Amino acid sequence: MAEELIPDRPSPNGAPKIGVYVCHCGLNIAGTVDVHEVVRFASTLPYVTVAREYKFMCSDPGQELIEQDLREGLVDRVVVASCSPLMHEATFRQATGRGGTSPFHFQMASIRELVSWVTEDPEDATEKAKALVAAAVRRVALHEYLEPREAPVHPDVLVVGGGIAGIHAALTLADAGKHVYLVERESTIGGHMAKFDKTFPTLDCASCILTPKMSAVRAHPNITLWTYSDVVSVSGYTGDFTVRVRHRPRYVREDLCTGCLACIEACVHKQAKYPSEFDEGLGKRKPIYIPFPQATPPVVVVDPEACIWFKTGKCPRPCIEACERDAFDFEQTETEDEIKVGAIILATGFRTFDAGRIPEYGYGRYPNVYTSLEVERLLNSAGPTGGEVLLRDGTKPRTVGIIHCVGSRDVRFHAYCSKVCCMYSLKLAHMLRERTGAEVYNFYIDMRTPGKGYEEFYDKILREGAHLIRGRVAEVTDEATAPEEEGHLVIRAEDTLLGTVRRVPVDMVVLAVGMEPQPDAEDVRRLFNISCGGEGFFTERHPKLAPVSTFTDGVFLAGACQGPKDIPETVAQAGAAAAEALAMIDRGSVRLEANTAFVDEAACSGCKTCVGLCPFGAIEFDEERRKAAVNEVVCKGCGICVAACPSGAAQQHLFTDAQILAEIEGVLAYA
Amino acid sequence: MRYPYYPGCSVEGTGRAYEESLAAVLAALDVRLDELEDWNCCGASAADSIDEVRAIALAARNLVLAEAGAPGDEPVELLTPCAGCYRALLAAQHALEDGRRIGPRVARGLEAVGLRYERRVRVRHVLDVLVHGIGTERIAQAVTRPLTGLRVACYYGCLLVRPEARFDDRHDPTSMDRLMRAIGAEPIEWPMKTRCCGGSCYGADPFSGTTPQGALTLSHAILREAARRGADAVVTACPLCQFNLEAFQEQMTRHFGTTLDLTVGYVTQFVGLAIGLEERALGIHRMLRWRLPAGREPEAVASPSGRGREVRDG
Repeated sequence: MAEELIPDRPSPNGAPKIGVYVCHCGLNIAGTVDVHEVVRFASTLPYVTVAREYKFMCSDPGQELIEQDLREGLVDRVVVASCSPLMHEATFRQATGRGGTSPFHFQMASIRELVSWVTEDPEDATEKAKALVAAAVRRVALHEYLEPREAPVHPDVLVVGGGIAGIHAALTLADAGKHVYLVERESTIGGHMAKFDKTFPTLDCASCILTPKMSAVRAHPNITLWTYSDVVSVSGYTGDFTVRVRHRPRYVREDLCTGCLACIEACVHKQAKYPSEFDEGLGKRKPIYIPFPQATPPVVVVDPEACIWFKTGKCPRPCIEACERDAFDFEQTETEDEIKVGAIILATGFRTFDAGRIPEYGYGRYPNVYTSLEVERLLNSAGPTGGEVLLRDGTKPRTVGIIHCVGSRDVRFHAYCSKVCCMYSLKLAHMLRERTGAEVYNFYIDMRTPGKGYEEFYDKILREGAHLIRGRVAEVTDEATAPEEEGHLVIRAEDTLLGTVRRVPVDMVVLAVGMEPQPDAEDVRRLFNISCGGEGFFTERHPKLAPVSTFTDGVFLAGACQGPKDIPETVAQAGAAAAEALAMIDRGSVRLEANTAFVDEAACSGCKTCVGLCPFGAIEFDEERRKAAVNEVVCKGCGICVAACPSGAAQQHLFTDAQILAEIEGVLAYA
Repeated sequence: MRYPYYPGCSVEGTGRAYEESLAAVLAALDVRLDELEDWNCCGASAADSIDEVRAIALAARNLVLAEAGAPGDEPVELLTPCAGCYRALLAAQHALEDGRRIGPRVARGLEAVGLRYERRVRVRHVLDVLVHGIGTERIAQAVTRPLTGLRVACYYGCLLVRPEARFDDRHDPTSMDRLMRAIGAEPIEWPMKTRCCGGSCYGADPFSGTTPQGALTLSHAILREAARRGADAVVTACPLCQFNLEAFQEQMTRHFGTTLDLTVGYVTQFVGLAIGLEERALGIHRMLRWRLPAGREPEAVASPSGRGREVRDG
């Protein structure tokens, strides 16, 4: 078998000397795989001069084993059989480099993720581990001596989403002197937080703490704010992304509009009759509108679906007349910008659970059943009722029932806890009592109030006299079984503390809807090449130790797009994401894979297929010699030219045909 | 169209009018029923609570009979009128389809009597077939005497759309409402569509069942809401629901002091009236009470097909 292997660059002493290191990973691997047997087997493989096992190869002493064997000349190539390249390839490459050879004289065999974690039978697991080790040994024998590459990092950052997460991340970066592009798809930044009246547990006014940050974004010289815009494509690599952003027309020039709102007054629609998206449909707006008074930028938007000019082409357009700045441009079309950034922060947020999916709670059937977000708007002094809590018939509720966990902790919808609903439901209980004097009943499963000052807030609400009933609500009905229920909505629930079924007649029902991923989270995930969990939230690189990074280098997460969280947690995460991006930019360069392409001139037929295909323009063509050549500084190692080359002349370091075939043969020869 | 048909014990007894009206309506709509030969008890709700494997095996024998009547590889749609039978048969279908652990145990039971289930059966309830199989459009076209102005309370009961069924929403079903609209009736909005009628809590008479007091309270709540919201009749799709709601109204009146006198009929009876069938063919003479309000009696109008028997005002 040994003679079949032809290393590209023989060691000074001739044949390669391969060290195999099998990791126990505590019992993660050793609990299933017979590590001694794998080591014994490895020592019988061609060119293997050292085979060892260790409890934790990634620990300092584990890495030291590798370095020492390299320094002493016992080995010159390294195979570690352990977790996965994602986890520790970088660790072991560095150790290999410190030992005095190319860090790419290393190959990993994944015997944890691919073997011990997914194989029940210990014998099967051991055999599979042996096959993967055999493959890695054959492959590493053919690894070339490559130097690590460095690439400069573009200092600008893209932040996607202008809620409190995106706002905070953008301001942090901009204050550190970095240029930030903040892209928001709505016509204003502010996100969900801008809709709230007060925030728990301190009950400070949401606008009072948010709007100064919104203005700061707009005023900041280092921030380019693009609202009503979407990211349409992303290409490139960490440190050097190319991003295209599309701007939708608002039919009003952002650079001219001052937000005086005279046009809204002048519109031929005297009455606002279109449901306001910002007011959750409870308030009305005109075809030309601004979502809320503090919208940032303070620029009006024309809704072409509602505007008479767009619908019929016949309108005197008094709006144009009313505008002193000549800001109207009914000819506006979509435009695009292409930008270069080094890092990307995704802060695309969440949406609330659609309460109509639980018909037994009557949302959409009974007018006085509201979602919590609707009630936030009713409570907000800038909302549709000026902050008065009025039912749809204009009366004030005298009794209110708040149902917790709507859509959350429910295997039919979302198994997870949305984390914020207990606290905001307590806040709503407090505010509804304060504004209306109503008796408020909270129906909860468990009261979850971990957080600074949160339990104390719960205690305060209890002492204020809110009624708390522990039990999941079965139904909201207008069936009256007693005179006191006539004309009311009745909440039926088991009171698990009392051990009885309760029927509570109320005037208003508030559904504490949970948080779920944005409807287009899957598209965003694909666009930025990151991953998401089963419930659809974006996946962080490590749940504990890399909570804002993703599996795609240079792309970071902030806020509720990564999972349900409240404002303090969102802001903390946004700060962390900004810090990670800053660290990357200030380092100035990123390490790149040595997997660039190269052209075997002897085999190149000069067909130029590769030249047009290269997305990075990295292939130059020598017209005189009729040969293609790869500029390795520009090449990103995507492999397109390798796959396309009809004569097999385009090859890729670390992925040569010989290396891949050797790996496959390793598995097959063993099997 | 032909369907293998599982009647269940109730429609052979107290629910005869259900089977009569079902047969008449489906015949008028060119649908034939082939009653399974030698069918047995579905297990109802009682067998389940005693031994799940035997309960499913009991129901599964009927599924095997349905397959035997239709050799080949094609799916077999088995029709049943009773919500209780529907749930039991559907539970068996799902249990044997989902690859649950119970599957092999049931299979061994069937094997012992020389039977093998090929998982070809799709159990369907009459309401599902009327609305989604035949379709409300076709039924609407067949209407000769629309039930214009008749306010009906569509009562689905607790077993019809859950826990096993997938043809309608479990909490807010609408298929029967759509069917009633198609024949000109006016379904009321009410929150009792899927409430329990008391079911097997009743015995032979309401005061000798397992918990008769509870049963009476449950069916009373349903009828009281229907009456309160101005329904002229309650429409059911289950012989047990129909009986429980129709038979004990005097006792309720005595017990709760609310005067109740509500017509409680089968969905097929109302469809039958609207498509011009005779009351007798629909078993209406068997009902304990049947009083549709004056002026809201089915009224003959000219039908596009000219099948109307009587033409008044065009």
